[in-house]
Amino acid sequence: MAKKILLSYGSGGVMMHRFINDVIQKKFSNPLLDKLNDQSVFNIEKHRLAFSTDSYVVDPIFFPGGNIGDLAINGTINDLVMCGAKPLYLSVGFIIEEGFDIDSFEVIIDSMSNCAKKAGVNIITGDTKVVQSGKADKIFINTSGIGILENDLNISGDNAKPGDKVIISGTIGDHGMAVLTKREGIMIDSDIKSDTMALNRLVEKMLIHTDKIHAMRDPTRGGVATTLNEIANQSDVGITIYEKNLPIRENVKAACEMLGFDPLYVANEGKLIAFVEPDIAESLVEVMRSTDEGKDACIIGEVIKEYPKKVILKTSIGGSRVVSMLTGEQLPRIC
Amino acid sequence: MCLAIPAKIISISNETAIAEIGDVKREISLMLLPEAEVNDYVLIHAGYAIQKIDEDEANKTLELLKQMDEFYNNSGTLEE
Amino acid sequence: MKFITEFRDSNLAESIIKLLRKEAYPNSNLMEFCGGHTVAIFRSGIREVVPKNVKMLSGPGCPVCVTSNSDIDKAGKVVRYPDVILTTFGDMMKVPGSYDSLYDLRAKGYDIRVVYSTIDALKIAEENKNKKIVFFGIGFETTAPTIAASIIEAKRRNINNYFVISVLKLTIPAIKKLLSLGEVKVNGIIGPGHVSTITGANDWKFLPDEYKIPCVLTGFEPLDILLGIKSLLDMIKQNKQELVTEYLRSVKPEGNIIAKEMIEKVFIVDDSDWRGFNVIEKSGLKISKEFEEFDAEKVFDLKTESSIKNCGCKCDEVLRGIISPVECSLFREVCNPENPLGPCMVSSEGACAAYYNYYVE
Repeated sequence: MAKKILLSYGSGGVMMHRFINDVIQKKFSNPLLDKLNDQSVFNIEKHRLAFSTDSYVVDPIFFPGGNIGDLAINGTINDLVMCGAKPLYLSVGFIIEEGFDIDSFEVIIDSMSNCAKKAGVNIITGDTKVVQSGKADKIFINTSGIGILENDLNISGDNAKPGDKVIISGTIGDHGMAVLTKREGIMIDSDIKSDTMALNRLVEKMLIHTDKIHAMRDPTRGGVATTLNEIANQSDVGITIYEKNLPIRENVKAACEMLGFDPLYVANEGKLIAFVEPDIAESLVEVMRSTDEGKDACIIGEVIKEYPKKVILKTSIGGSRVVSMLTGEQLPRIC
Repeated sequence: MCLAIPAKIISISNETAIAEIGDVKREISLMLLPEAEVNDYVLIHAGYAIQKIDEDEANKTLELLKQMDEFYNNSGTLEE
Repeated sequence: MKFITEFRDSNLAESIIKLLRKEAYPNSNLMEFCGGHTVAIFRSGIREVVPKNVKMLSGPGCPVCVTSNSDIDKAGKVVRYPDVILTTFGDMMKVPGSYDSLYDLRAKGYDIRVVYSTIDALKIAEENKNKKIVFFGIGFETTAPTIAASIIEAKRRNINNYFVISVLKLTIPAIKKLLSLGEVKVNGIIGPGHVSTITGANDWKFLPDEYKIPCVLTGFEPLDILLGIKSLLDMIKQNKQELVTEYLRSVKPEGNIIAKEMIEKVFIVDDSDWRGFNVIEKSGLKISKEFEEFDAEKVFDLKTESSIKNCGCKCDEVLRGIISPVECSLFREVCNPENPLGPCMVSSEGACAAYYNYYVE
């Protein structure tokens, strides 16, 4: 590993996973952490609780469809929800650069308040720090959350089984392209909006319908490809997905074509991937489609015994290729 | 190499144009293709239009592909 | 998406694939010169459906892969000048030079920005009058006119803080060099669809005429590539050597004349150092005297030592089609995208990266 920490160590792909495994996890290792889920589930007396944390450093902080505040609340709620927990309380920590505009800050906290109310979650503690100009990029936000599991399901990244169907709750690549198209040097004009939203109401409905969900994860940085690889690795299974089934908005497709991006690697902020038993997959998709958050849900593939730890894409012309984990950041290209 | 994609010119101002794919738009330069007109489809590489897309030729290529499709399907039926 | 979606139709693709499989073609080596074709072939899964006795070889048509260490070092050297903003296509960010990659240098605090187009670089120059904006000009004939245009535009608008490091290369001298080396038997060439959009199809007639190798100038969508492959294999079977343009909707016999004139106006042809080939005569473009005020190599001292990294990297052989990436002993275990030893593994369209990321073993 290089001696300096590189940007790619935070971008969600192979480098980040390597950094976490080789450097951080080594020091903090314990059975709960070592599961490497986005949240940790533990028992206190007879209660099963979930705990999660995430930091938000996105640039630009305002983007079509939302701002860093939306991500900070929805993101941590979603991490809790992915193990089947009901999110209860959040903490918020701000690190603000001196000189940051107060009006902008108010827009951000308004968004955070709205997201929390919408999800039925309370922000019950927090911290605020201001650092000198140049020591932080406008604003960084950390949120941590506690949730409760009112079931005894084991919904975990290491629990996907051969035969499981892979369901995605909606279109892919919206958030990443919404942010990227507004960057200096790129400047593409489109209607693409971030898909940031809390998924707790969706998951609640899913859990009422069935207890046959083995794993769930929200494909954020690194995109669907990275999340599928994570689960394939944790569960030691192969995964096949079908290019024809991938739900992608036309404008996201077009922006990806222009910049040479693969939508499978583009970040999402309001989607989940679920691994479920095959007999309930279609009825579950119907239930998801009856909600706002899951209206474009569909089955995109299945878990297989062959090709363990690998993700294979069946292309629309009938060939196959491997879908590997993102290495570093995806960059716009001309070649 | 050379990622280039077809886009439609929706407006022109001097040697700059707005090009659209799907409904995603971007400012591009017509310095290499000054004869381009609004509603033309052009190939865009690194922000510049490099060639006009010939719709007739595109249709001919698709026609050829469709003929191959028919040929394959018909010869398949004959063999049955 | 018009002119894209139609050329991805899976039913039409299925029929061509079945026709390809039905026909008994002779054992053949087809070279896809262009890195973009290597990636497109992998991503659409075509490699798997091509007849088993047809071998697909990748060639040196990846401008990132063939840019030498010393050329990358020029970019590394210029950022160290005060008040320089280096602008670059994303493709070059992660390729290591003799020392650091641009990515590493950005992490160290140098001002390096990814742009989609030289248009964006010119904007940055206009918005930062107190800085010197240097554009790292890599690419082949497709990209060369866009860089020439930016220089002409800079002169027109009196943008005097815009400079270009030109490490542009020409494809035809490279193909000629590769074929003359005779290291690998090539029965047919999938010709570069976008380069020939600029150069014109006529420039590629030398392949059947002088080298007796059939060539099909092919687009990049799955149906284009399948048609191109079928057309080549049919010619090989009939022992025909012709130049065929599959990509008729974009490639004209004369190409883009204005673009070619612009290249001639702004650049002069010079010898160029290609990774995998050393120096190839008259294969690169340097900025002409008329525009030397925009030539970063005249304005800054960018002389660099050419240091050879001897680490067993076999990119040279991959670029010349002698071995496929999986035949390199370092592939995967030692050399992979997180720990790349050569540009073929780093570049978004390097053959090694394509095999690593997409190949189903």
